[in-house]
Amino acid sequence: MSIPLNILFWIVVIPGTVVIGLIASWIVRKVSALVQWRVGPPLLQPLYDIMKLMGKEILVPQEAQQTIFIAAPLVSLAGILLLSIMLWRIAIVQTAFLGDIIVAIYLMTLPSLALILGSSASASPHASIGTAREMKLVMGYELSLVLAFIVVIIKTGGQISLAAIAQQAPVLSISGFLAFLVALLCIQAKLGFVPFDIAEAETELGSGVLMEYSGALLAVWKLAQAVMLVALPLFLVIVFLGGFGAHFLVGLGKYVLALVLIILIKNTNPRVRIDQAMKFFWFYCGITLVIAIILAMIGYYSGIKWL
Amino acid sequence: MNWKMWSLKKSPWVFHVNTGACNNCDIEIVNLLTPKFDVERFGIKLVGSPRHADALLVTGVGTRQAVIRLREVYRQTPKPCVVFCMGACACGTGIFEGGYHVAGPVDKIIREVDPNAIIAYVPGCPPKPEAMISGVVKALSAI
Repeated sequence: MSIPLNILFWIVVIPGTVVIGLIASWIVRKVSALVQWRVGPPLLQPLYDIMKLMGKEILVPQEAQQTIFIAAPLVSLAGILLLSIMLWRIAIVQTAFLGDIIVAIYLMTLPSLALILGSSASASPHASIGTAREMKLVMGYELSLVLAFIVVIIKTGGQISLAAIAQQAPVLSISGFLAFLVALLCIQAKLGFVPFDIAEAETELGSGVLMEYSGALLAVWKLAQAVMLVALPLFLVIVFLGGFGAHFLVGLGKYVLALVLIILIKNTNPRVRIDQAMKFFWFYCGITLVIAIILAMIGYYSGIKWL
Repeated sequence: MNWKMWSLKKSPWVFHVNTGACNNCDIEIVNLLTPKFDVERFGIKLVGSPRHADALLVTGVGTRQAVIRLREVYRQTPKPCVVFCMGACACGTGIFEGGYHVAGPVDKIIREVDPNAIIAYVPGCPPKPEAMISGVVKALSAI
């Protein structure tokens, strides 16, 4: 990549990610509205929401741990933006460093950790229940997600660089497809979407973990959630669906496909309880992934590509 | 126009407060938020926490038990925010005027906390969802 293009990339990448994230969150709301036979919000609605929240008063609860309460949304946004910059570089420029899949797994956990810290610092009983649920959920899906990536690493012959993994499409084999399904559900839980919106639980906990946030801090959380809608499906595309390849538009199509799958799962399922979610991730997803790993090992050692 | 007020009009998130209503106005408010009326077209969204809210939909006369809670909810709502008195009781205590349990109409209670509060009234027993949409639109365009 030439130097002017490189400079252009660094200028465009953060505003571009935020804009795509806002459009993606509009798509989520619009598709949900269409599924429920409604008209839905206008295209600029997420922008209006962010603008309005930026202009409002910030209330910090008296008993809250103020530093952590204010720093948590910023940490979340910074972590997820860093991840999306890494992923765009792999998708467009195809440059990466060895072992970046491990860095990506850590950065993907950062927003959840920041959410746990921020909500437990807010000194609210509703938020503390939300925190407990979020913690259990993280412990539930994190294991399945890492196991799904191990399947991919075995399938691609021990590659731990995302740029090398993106050259192949593990989803075209049986074990890779099983791992893709599990990873899709883990991403669903990471995004906090139905059926795994247990921590936010609008109907019983108010808004759970985000209960005490107001004004600009809430806007930063909403921005972080919007950017997660870019980074996490992009990660699925790079790891499982063969990356962006030579054509940018093909890659964008794969991203939209992953996003629409997530929205459809969101709109066709009821919320599960936390114990059901734990059982689902550890028991059903665990067994599926063990089968997938065994299939992938057999495929690797006997040279059968489709296993 | 101030950009804060302009964006507030584009996405008013509402929080529903019941201060001793007979549940009739509440049913109509829940009706308002169903797919039939689809208020998400105007950016209106029901939120679960007063800290996320821009508008309080208050129903009921404001009984002595509810007054403290209503004041607390109003203080917890980040400003600028709008208070909507939904129904005859919230606007002017209605048939319960002078009752032993009535602590005054909602606007009086709110003005004790904040004399400059923005308060809008939607009368009716109960007001129809169409009347509520009309009231919200009129109040927001008057700001």
